[in-house]
Amino acid sequence: MLETIVFSLINGLLYGMLLFMMSSGLTLIFGMMGVLNFAHASFYMLGAYFAYTVGQVTGFWIALCLAPVLVGMVGAVVERYGLRRVHQFGHVPELLFTFGLAYVVDELVSLFWGTVPVPYKMPDVLNFTLFNLYNFDYSAFKIFILGVSVVMFVCLYILLKKTRAGLVIQASLSRPDMVSALGHNVPRVFMLVFAIGCALAGLGGVVGGIQFVTEPGMAVTMGPIVFVVVVLGGLGSVPGALIASIIIGVLQTLALSVDLSLASIFSGIEVSRDNFFSTVWYMESIRLAPVLPFLLLVLTLIFRPRGLMGKREA
Amino acid sequence: MSIASDEKLSTTPVSAKGIPVPASNRLIALWPWFAMIIIALIAPLVFTSGQSINMLNHMGIAIIFALSYNMLLGNTGLLSFGHAVYYGLGGYVAMHMLRVMNDTGLAVPIELLPLAGAFGGLGFGILFGAVSTRRAGVVFAMITLGIGALIHSSSLMFTDFFGGEAGLFGNRVDVTSMLGVNYGDSQHVYYLILAWVFIAILAIYLLRKTPLGWMANAVRDNPERAQFVGYNPQMVRFIQFSLSAFFAGLAGGLFIIADEIISAEAVSAQVSGQVLLASYLGGIGFFLGPVFGAILVTFLASFLSSVTDAWVLYFGLMFIGVVMFAPQGLFGILHQQSSAIRDGHWRGSTLARIYLLLTMLLSVFGLVCVVELSYHYFRSWDPSAPFDLMGFTVNATTAMPWIASFAILVIGIALLTAHARPMLRRRTGANPDQGEH
Amino acid sequence: MTRTALELRGVTKNFGKSEIIRGVDLKIHEHEHHVIIGPNGAGKSTLFNLISGRLNVSGGTIELFGKRIHNLPPHQVNRKGLSRSFQVTNLFQNMTVMQNLRCSLLWSEGHGYAFWKTVLGQRDVTERAQSLMERLNLQHRADTPASLLTYAEQRALEIGATIASGAKVILLDEPTAGMSRSEADDVVALIQRMAGECTLILVEHDLGVVFELADRISVLVYGEIIATGKPEEVRANAAVQEAYLGTEVH
Repeated sequence: MLETIVFSLINGLLYGMLLFMMSSGLTLIFGMMGVLNFAHASFYMLGAYFAYTVGQVTGFWIALCLAPVLVGMVGAVVERYGLRRVHQFGHVPELLFTFGLAYVVDELVSLFWGTVPVPYKMPDVLNFTLFNLYNFDYSAFKIFILGVSVVMFVCLYILLKKTRAGLVIQASLSRPDMVSALGHNVPRVFMLVFAIGCALAGLGGVVGGIQFVTEPGMAVTMGPIVFVVVVLGGLGSVPGALIASIIIGVLQTLALSVDLSLASIFSGIEVSRDNFFSTVWYMESIRLAPVLPFLLLVLTLIFRPRGLMGKREA
Repeated sequence: MSIASDEKLSTTPVSAKGIPVPASNRLIALWPWFAMIIIALIAPLVFTSGQSINMLNHMGIAIIFALSYNMLLGNTGLLSFGHAVYYGLGGYVAMHMLRVMNDTGLAVPIELLPLAGAFGGLGFGILFGAVSTRRAGVVFAMITLGIGALIHSSSLMFTDFFGGEAGLFGNRVDVTSMLGVNYGDSQHVYYLILAWVFIAILAIYLLRKTPLGWMANAVRDNPERAQFVGYNPQMVRFIQFSLSAFFAGLAGGLFIIADEIISAEAVSAQVSGQVLLASYLGGIGFFLGPVFGAILVTFLASFLSSVTDAWVLYFGLMFIGVVMFAPQGLFGILHQQSSAIRDGHWRGSTLARIYLLLTMLLSVFGLVCVVELSYHYFRSWDPSAPFDLMGFTVNATTAMPWIASFAILVIGIALLTAHARPMLRRRTGANPDQGEH
Repeated sequence: MTRTALELRGVTKNFGKSEIIRGVDLKIHEHEHHVIIGPNGAGKSTLFNLISGRLNVSGGTIELFGKRIHNLPPHQVNRKGLSRSFQVTNLFQNMTVMQNLRCSLLWSEGHGYAFWKTVLGQRDVTERAQSLMERLNLQHRADTPASLLTYAEQRALEIGATIASGAKVILLDEPTAGMSRSEADDVVALIQRMAGECTLILVEHDLGVVFELADRISVLVYGEIIATGKPEEVRANAAVQEAYLGTEVH
């Protein structure tokens, strides 16, 4: 039992860090620009596919650096020629634009790379067991993911809080006219922020595509969870996204590996079968696992819409 | 969406010269409505194939669903990403009732069965609406997304209600009918659906003219001012939401009569996305916009998917195109242009407008060629086998079709942006970016 | 014996560490025309927001005809008989003048959230809206969308919509802001015409308007009322002079 819990905690943490890599960009874009990017998971997917294709020519390490840049460039183009145009119509059209964009990107990916998963594999240099705890092996690659995500968090934090560029970005959100009057090119700032956000998603995809399967449906699979993370953590808060990612990662992993139900916890209380209440009472957590994040999402939005650390409501 | 039309209907219409228009002329001015009714009545007699009638049935259902959706988006400014919940759950309630009718012979007339769906939708609308409508804007959108995902993913948990992966079946023949009709024939189902469509259109139209309907518009435009005239915006939204869910459930109830099966797909994000697309494509600022959009989207989903693999891409591109270039929707464009014609704006610029339209068609043609070529090249078993591209037999692995297609696309866009649009701008002095092209 | 229409007792408001309103006591009599003046940043708009329910108080009480209204949502404050206009015109931009007025009357005419009757079928609403429009001199603009009115017309409509709801206490936030002399005179005349039996509380900068309309004046400086009284008394008050003019050499 203890082994299962430790295993779940560690795996949950690793899964959570991967979630963080994906969601940090989304919360950044929302916090900076007020745009909820529905296509964010699609950029994550692009990162995986670009890394796979580039990696076939250059190897993993260069792909790790290059793929996010490519995704960022795609993001910049999208912002410049698409989002910027729609911005004048209001927030709803912006949302709808990213909504439609997700469809298009997903479809184009399945067109160019096929509907079958591509063999995007772990680089051999990281493909070994780093350590063993309680009879479970932990591969070096997972620890590598952990490392990359920590580095990413630190860099983001420094960028936003400690550099002048970060100050300009933060100012542009609430007082774009003033920042513009001070001589900064505000539209360019927005494009940059959007591109960085997409690049972060792409970086998540580079490692996520190895950890999970790289296939055209991965955006649709991962997308909703990322939303939950961002809302729970607080829209616009990068530290909040970190905490929320870990919470959700651990929670989901625990629910899947530690098979519990309300009945097993409160064993001894018999509930008559065949009604709604009994269905819930006897539900094993494995079956509950896919629903958990959305339950959290709805509860958060009802009781604390600004999330754990958000400063503003959407 | 203006409620100005409300005022015009209540006062005596006058012509441009100030003379009251006689009643007979007013009746004649309503000819589009009469034409639509007549077309709707004879449609299944013209398109008699089973597939066509099925599509017509789905159009009717989609119309009610889209109208219910626009009660939220167009009227109240609430963007929902999970409206399928009320459609699907309403459908499930109706399906359970139908099964009871099948199993026990309960003498509920099938013509009234959609009401079971409607009240089912209403019930869930009240339940979930109470929490959803506490906020507006993006938070509301996300709550609806969350609830939609929640319900969909819980469908495998509550197999008694949802029928597991296979869904639930029902029988629409083995029931009582208050008109003595046997609904085995899908043509009869069509007329049942049509009757409900008329009822729904009338009801939703009249709702817009009530105090609630007016205040929904007010809350959409300026919730703060609405508060300072005594209205609680949250309550307005909640009631609108519940009523919208009522009609969504009605559509769901009609769906299970038409298809005799329902599965968890009915509460899926795809269905939510589709009704959003249909409403927005048609035009959320006009009462008939979603009707138009629903008909178009149902038709395209059915027709396009049988003609090309790329239909999902086309839908996505269409959606983006409307969001970017025609936020007033296709019906909005039609309305704009017909008003422009009536007001004489087309004089002197008619040719320019037609030219613009032609360049747009050319660009679209080029785009379709490129897309179809790509899909054939990447997707088909044997890309080098000749296939039919818009009437030409081509080989996707040779350079010629690609060059030609890209050329058409590029030329079309170039002419559009560099020649046709500026020409129209010069002729009219209007800004085509606002959609007046 | 006139009742107290609105009473504020020890009202404070903090935003984080900054104290914007630092203890305001104010008693406004029924039917009075009371003007609040003060230098920029004194907190006049915040005070209005507190009274009308847009903001919650950090401390103190606000009572309307003896009934508590502080920390209630704006629509409930409105239903208890208080209405307000805004410094930045706040109308239903897409609706016409007539529609704006109708919407402002629906609740007070008791129609609530009804979805079983039509608005245009309510003769009482139509008549009241019509007469209101005439008193505002806006009949010729009845079918014009609010966004297309001139600034002065919008302000007039805003005042009309505010008074329309039948509230007994009306807050007007800088009704003549941004207007020329003649426009301001028109607005003052309009206010005097429309106010009728209402209790009026205004925030104003234009001292000409102030002295013409006010029965009593209160001076708000740095979140506190430093003087209340009849116009002549306040004009002569040394603290007021200092607040407005700085330490002056007499």
